[in-house]
Amino acid sequence: MAEQMDAVQPTAAAQERIPTVIADELHIVYRVYGTGTGKGSATAALSRIVRRRPSVGVREVHAVKGVSFTAYRGESIGLIGSNGSGKSTLLKAVAGLLPAERGKVYTHGQPSLLGVNAALMNDLTGEKNVVLGGLAMGMSREQVRERYDEIVDFSGINEKGDFISLPMRTYSSGMAARLRFSIAAAKDHDVLLIDEALATGDRAFQKRSEARIRELRKEAGTVFLVSHNNNSIRDTCDRVLWLERGELLMDGPTDEVIKAYEKQTGK
Amino acid sequence: MSTVSETTHDSAVAMSAPPSADEGLTAAQRAEKYGLAQSGARPSLAEYIRELWDRRHFISAFSSARLTAQFSQAKLGQVWQVATPLLNALVYYLIFGLLIGTRKGVPDYVPFLVTGVFIFTFTQSSVMAGTRAISGSLGLVRALHFPRACLPISFSLMQLQQLLISMGVLVAILLGFGQVPTWSWLLVIPALALQFVFNTGLAMVMARLGSKTPDLAQLMPFIMRTWMYASGVMFSIDLILKGKHVPHIVEVLLYSNPAAVYIDLVRFALIDSFKAHQLPPHVWAFAGGWAVLAGVAGFVYFWKAEERYGRG
Repeated sequence: MAEQMDAVQPTAAAQERIPTVIADELHIVYRVYGTGTGKGSATAALSRIVRRRPSVGVREVHAVKGVSFTAYRGESIGLIGSNGSGKSTLLKAVAGLLPAERGKVYTHGQPSLLGVNAALMNDLTGEKNVVLGGLAMGMSREQVRERYDEIVDFSGINEKGDFISLPMRTYSSGMAARLRFSIAAAKDHDVLLIDEALATGDRAFQKRSEARIRELRKEAGTVFLVSHNNNSIRDTCDRVLWLERGELLMDGPTDEVIKAYEKQTGK
Repeated sequence: MSTVSETTHDSAVAMSAPPSADEGLTAAQRAEKYGLAQSGARPSLAEYIRELWDRRHFISAFSSARLTAQFSQAKLGQVWQVATPLLNALVYYLIFGLLIGTRKGVPDYVPFLVTGVFIFTFTQSSVMAGTRAISGSLGLVRALHFPRACLPISFSLMQLQQLLISMGVLVAILLGFGQVPTWSWLLVIPALALQFVFNTGLAMVMARLGSKTPDLAQLMPFIMRTWMYASGVMFSIDLILKGKHVPHIVEVLLYSNPAAVYIDLVRFALIDSFKAHQLPPHVWAFAGGWAVLAGVAGFVYFWKAEERYGRG
């Protein structure tokens, strides 16, 4: 494994390799409240307070344990691992959205997580959500106006009639996911972090999304992609980090890591 | 672009490549060499204000989106924006005006009461929304990067928009009860502007407290109701105090209470029979002082925890 790590670090173009993300012994700990093992009733809660045992309700989840890596400009890095292995948490830490318990993440510019979903409101029309999502990502009103048609066309929402002027809660889950991805992918990013975005939509839309990600990669410095679809990782990434139980198991060229991963998972 | 992927795919080339010039440097040294910044660190106050200014369109779009989304499931839709304050005023009129009889001695009781209810509701709902501004938007906070102060500010802005609708209702009520528009009505603008700054500051304080202790959202309604009864919303503080001996400190507290200050200013501006001598002493100084104090202190207090929002 140590050899593997060395293998990716220095290349022929070593002098030109500019790091964009450096993670240094990164630890992330979640604190979850209200997970008391006892009864969830009011009397149980009260007796805990009376007996001064407040810690019962708090549980710590050590999601990422001492991960170190360096990402370089122009790289496209896939993150793989089983569910709950800390992939999404790692992305959020790189984006600066989750504070590190120990260790540090250094980044070039402001990495953006392709996670615009949270800013959108189901009760609003698709139209208003495009504007709101764009602004939430830090685009100006002019930029949103310029990109508006592009976003709607890309999402293909209007292919089956004028759906963009209907509230988002009336969309099918596939349609909503397509609109979300289209909004999120509309902006150019320094460091772009994509979490499972490609799993959505029909086959045609997936193809279009992968093409868009390759395009974003050209504009962006570095792209990170979390996915359970090894094919889409193969299609879009040249380096893969394999996380398991919050630890970095392997870091190397896509083919090698995916081969090892598939062997382990028995696929 | 393509060169990188070619070299990394060809591991033979990668293996034999000369060691990088950066070998031996620690992560921090390499980060400094290439000008990388620590992710998720809190920006300086000046930088923070600049970032916030860049997001001003997001703040306004977010607040109007929340406002329209609020009633979009109701059949009457946006009519509720007007109906809600109206029904509120009606309930208080039934209980305090007719049943309890606090209207005694207060001329133009209906305008007096409705003004009080609307102005207090402005502060009340800003504080309530502020308490949940971070804890209720964790998904957003954990997904996107923006100055977190956007949230309490846009929730306060949403309450301001709601208030402006209420003010339209209020004007109709005033005209209906025979008030004649005068130039003094314009005093409402500075009064509400100051109250908005005060509310936003308070909302930011509550947002930080509420992000750490979500339980506050359960507690706040009781605190706000207590505050309301002490602010002379449905009675005149003047009349209650008249002829009674209360400790000086209580009197000072009642008169300097920011909610009472803003309510009285708007009443003074809008209602003819509410005369200048009914205003607490130094009322504009208090209105401005509370706004500056809450606004500045609230903002700095909120910024101090910027990097910790959204955790755990």
